[in-house]
Amino acid sequence: MKYTKRLDGRKFDESREMSAKVGIIKRADGSAMFCIGKTKAIAAVYGPRQLFPGFLQNPEKGLLRCYYDMTSFSVTERKRPGPNRRSVEIGMVTENALNPVVDLSKFPNTVVDIFIEIIQADAGTRCAGICAAAMALADAGVPMKDLICSISVGKVGDKIVLDLNKDEEDFEGGSTDIPVAIMARTKEITLLQLDGDIKREELIEALKVAQKGCDKIYEIQRKALKDQYEGVKDE
Amino acid sequence: MGKLLLKDREIAIPGEKLAEGMDYLPAGGTFREGEGIYASQLGLISVSGRLVKLIPLNGKYFPKKGDMIIGKIVDMGFSGWRVDFGWAFEANLSMRDATSEFVEKRADLSQYYDFGDIIAAQITHVSGSKIIDLSMRGPGLRKLQGGKLIDVTPSKVPRIIGKQGSMISMIKEKTGCNLLIGQNGVIWVSGDRDNEVLATKAILKIEKESHLDGLTDKIKELLEKK
Amino acid sequence: MNKNYIVSLLEKDIRDGRKLDEFREIEVETGVSKNAEGSARVKIGDTEVIAGIKMDVGTPFADSPDSGVLMVGVELLPLSSPDFETGPPGKDAVELARIVDRGIRESNMIDMKKLCIKKGELVWMVFIDIYTINDDGNLIDASALASLVALKSAVFPKLDGDKVKFGEFTKNRLPLTRLPVTCTLYKIKDKIIIDPNLDEQKAVDARLTVAISEDGNLNAMQKGGLMGLDIETIDLMIKMAGNQIKNLRKYIK
Repeated sequence: MKYTKRLDGRKFDESREMSAKVGIIKRADGSAMFCIGKTKAIAAVYGPRQLFPGFLQNPEKGLLRCYYDMTSFSVTERKRPGPNRRSVEIGMVTENALNPVVDLSKFPNTVVDIFIEIIQADAGTRCAGICAAAMALADAGVPMKDLICSISVGKVGDKIVLDLNKDEEDFEGGSTDIPVAIMARTKEITLLQLDGDIKREELIEALKVAQKGCDKIYEIQRKALKDQYEGVKDE
Repeated sequence: MGKLLLKDREIAIPGEKLAEGMDYLPAGGTFREGEGIYASQLGLISVSGRLVKLIPLNGKYFPKKGDMIIGKIVDMGFSGWRVDFGWAFEANLSMRDATSEFVEKRADLSQYYDFGDIIAAQITHVSGSKIIDLSMRGPGLRKLQGGKLIDVTPSKVPRIIGKQGSMISMIKEKTGCNLLIGQNGVIWVSGDRDNEVLATKAILKIEKESHLDGLTDKIKELLEKK
Repeated sequence: MNKNYIVSLLEKDIRDGRKLDEFREIEVETGVSKNAEGSARVKIGDTEVIAGIKMDVGTPFADSPDSGVLMVGVELLPLSSPDFETGPPGKDAVELARIVDRGIRESNMIDMKKLCIKKGELVWMVFIDIYTINDDGNLIDASALASLVALKSAVFPKLDGDKVKFGEFTKNRLPLTRLPVTCTLYKIKDKIIIDPNLDEQKAVDARLTVAISEDGNLNAMQKGGLMGLDIETIDLMIKMAGNQIKNLRKYIK
């Protein structure tokens, strides 16, 4: 089926409007919020801190642990509070997406916990969560060699598109959803999942679109991190 | 042959390129990759000569030998105490290092330091991140009575102390308070109530604006305004 | 050290710049989660919670066939405090949920009979879920206020026969009969304060939560903490709550 014009009028390689804020949860060691279109994610980082149970402790470096959760009211049909298999898997792929850039070698036997909460969902939630988590890690002072940006790409109908919204994910003419996470500097890919029906060449093209799409995200993340400290006014 | 991409005292985010070329050398908080020097944390760039350093704006205190810390007694065993000082792991204070007095073998340890007591101690040994030993045999190391404790971001401690202690001296002088600053970001303030509140205000202001210029004057103004 | 410090300050009626019976700055925002039938974000000082309302239809309970169903849940998210652990709601989360529930249910704030679609077969179910975002003390009052504001702004989703069309909303608000507002009084030694911050809350010996409607009647109460309270103190606390609640009402839009 042909997809000639995007349901919300965007260009095919255009992402939804984004915004970010850092330092929103005072008790956390680091925190951030990332919004893309109608998807809102917040993340909090605690650590390095003590790791229980003891057998998980690694004497060579700290452990990174991610939890992903959606509020019951973030989706149209209520989601029962608490983890389910999907959130457990997303927690794991989020860890894998962030681990390559995080350096916890100076903190053996500890853990850095990341908690992601989706307040409002309109597709791209795990990606928004990763963007928020990356900023929260930086805010917490966790040493990293790069920042991670994350966005979804996919094939809707017959077109490769950037940043699918829910309507596009549910598109009747066929939709392939590909969440991607990328190291901002080197453009290496640290998260890649796919579900749908797509040719190899199309996937490669989609990944290139994702890499380009992340430039905008990086700018938003960078500005949010720096804005925290610019222009602190006298009280 | 080398180029600085960001100015001194500019804020950099992790992975941001700070300099190019082999002329510059990476110091704390930065790393080299290929021909570039990059930031490894969110922080302020500090360039001195060819060294490019990064002062983190945030981050937990990592115990370092020689540092003075302020902590709380959270456990007691037969031969010593366990101290919480804000790190992922508690520190050890053995009987032997607890005081310059002679402590008898089966002495009641709580006579010296009890649960909840706040102490100023020095880190004598760190192994991995799990084993941290303390000593209280030394000048100024003691149990702290009265006063109040403030928590600040550990990386701001040098700013609160100031060049050669100038900032902390100014606060002490203008408020008449006793001040002890632990490298772990715990600060003990003791004086009369109003002055404690003033000193606290000053310290928190330094923490918040540590990356801005003209701070010394602003703090002086705050302390004199009363 | 800090509990003694708090107590010594309170003895001179000093807090963080507030009076003993003064709330921190309160921020209320509705519509913070667009897929919810109703939602609100409340900030009291640095304490922040989000409450969301979701609605569905289902079979009523056997012992109340013509009454809607109300469920209140609280998640003390580990992201809001280093003291909260992952896992299902523990006793603190459950107590908080039940305190909020009590204020709504026992006051008959929602006219549950009007939630009946077909007696014995189909009724509306209202789910209130509260999530903590930052804990700096007094989660009880923040949670109760967020729930109240969310309920007041909530609208029914569209109904197609006996199925809800999720994501499509009507303009019809919930049938509310009254607005019971909650305020908790906290006792530290022999001082009574409201809205403690985190440090103050750790020093609390006893607390009394009160929900009062517009007519001044008490709809729900809960005492917490390890210290006992005599009748004079309880009476005084309820009077104090009454005064505070008059002020809190202006935050309900």
